Amino acid sequence: MEIVNNVISKNGLIFAFLFVGIIMLLSFWISKNITRKKIPAVAIAIIIGLALAFLGDKKGISDITIFAGVALLGGSMLRDFAIVATAMGADLYKIKQAGLAGTIALFVGVFVSFFVGALVAISFGYSDAESIATIGAGACTYIVGPVTGSALGASSEVIAISVATGIIKTVFLTISTPLIAHKIQLNSPHSAIVFGGLLGTTSGVIAGLAATDEKLVPYGALTATFYTGLGCLLCPSVFYLSLKLLNF
Amino acid sequence: MKIYGVALLAGCFLLGKILGNILGQLININNDIGGVGFAMFLLMFSSIYLRNKGWLVKESEKGILFWSSIYIPIVVAMAATLNVKAAVSGGFVAIFAGIGATMVCLVFVPVIAKIGRRNESGS
Repeated sequence: MEIVNNVISKNGLIFAFLFVGIIMLLSFWISKNITRKKIPAVAIAIIIGLALAFLGDKKGISDITIFAGVALLGGSMLRDFAIVATAMGADLYKIKQAGLAGTIALFVGVFVSFFVGALVAISFGYSDAESIATIGAGACTYIVGPVTGSALGASSEVIAISVATGIIKTVFLTISTPLIAHKIQLNSPHSAIVFGGLLGTTSGVIAGLAATDEKLVPYGALTATFYTGLGCLLCPSVFYLSLKLLNF
Repeated sequence: MKIYGVALLAGCFLLGKILGNILGQLININNDIGGVGFAMFLLMFSSIYLRNKGWLVKESEKGILFWSSIYIPIVVAMAATLNVKAAVSGGFVAIFAGIGATMVCLVFVPVIAKIGRRNESGS
């Protein structure tokens, strides 16, 4: 047993391939035989992944030693590398056509998320501009939240809430996208570009799109990748100052 | 050789990330802005260019296609490594703000998606 543990922990990434491969196999089986393909296998696999994350702590299942390699496989380096590779199948013409809508979606997405987040913060009794802006920023992505919070000097408790807000957005988006895709007409590269710009949380956007229709992933990723940067730019500056002007 | 494709992908990836970081520094936030997006554009343009020149053959493309087919398992691994406990422990503020912001933005998808399409039928 010790030898097995040793080999696995020394070859973490390889074990992660096996681990995720088994989850995929199981998900395809469940999708086909239990849900009669009504729930896509990818969606099931992602939900299994989220459920397994509860076994660990801050870094999900990778906090357990033998699963440490899963963090490398699911980390931002390989994730971004694979997402860039999907651009090979993307249609440049369609991207050009949706360029304007995608850009507008980015600005609307950051503003609306901040606005809703700030409104919730105010209704829960937060009255200082720093805390309101940080929670609003967390509603953009879980990176914009702490970046804004530390720039404005918000309390660590508020920063933790902003990170939680961003993660809830990611998880909720991942699960709800395939369910709501039909209603919001998320069925073309054009709408996927808008979707990526509006929602912006890269992990949620690509996971949600992957569970809906794999072909749409590169389009959503393309705009989502600009979102966190735009949020980090606007939230601690323009949006924070607007809150100040509104006497918070 | 497949490695040529992977190398092209890696080159575009790194160059895109560098551009994203430079852009981040220019506007004074120490963050990558659109690095992945720049990399995707670089890959699209360079693959079209190289294919036209006849330098990017099917075999090399397979190196890139492998990575684009592996992203779903990567997304599953990513989901398994999220800090879900923090999400749950963030309390009601986090739940309302996170779900509220997501739902309102989702409603905007069909509205904003009309923009380019209307122009398209108009022109």
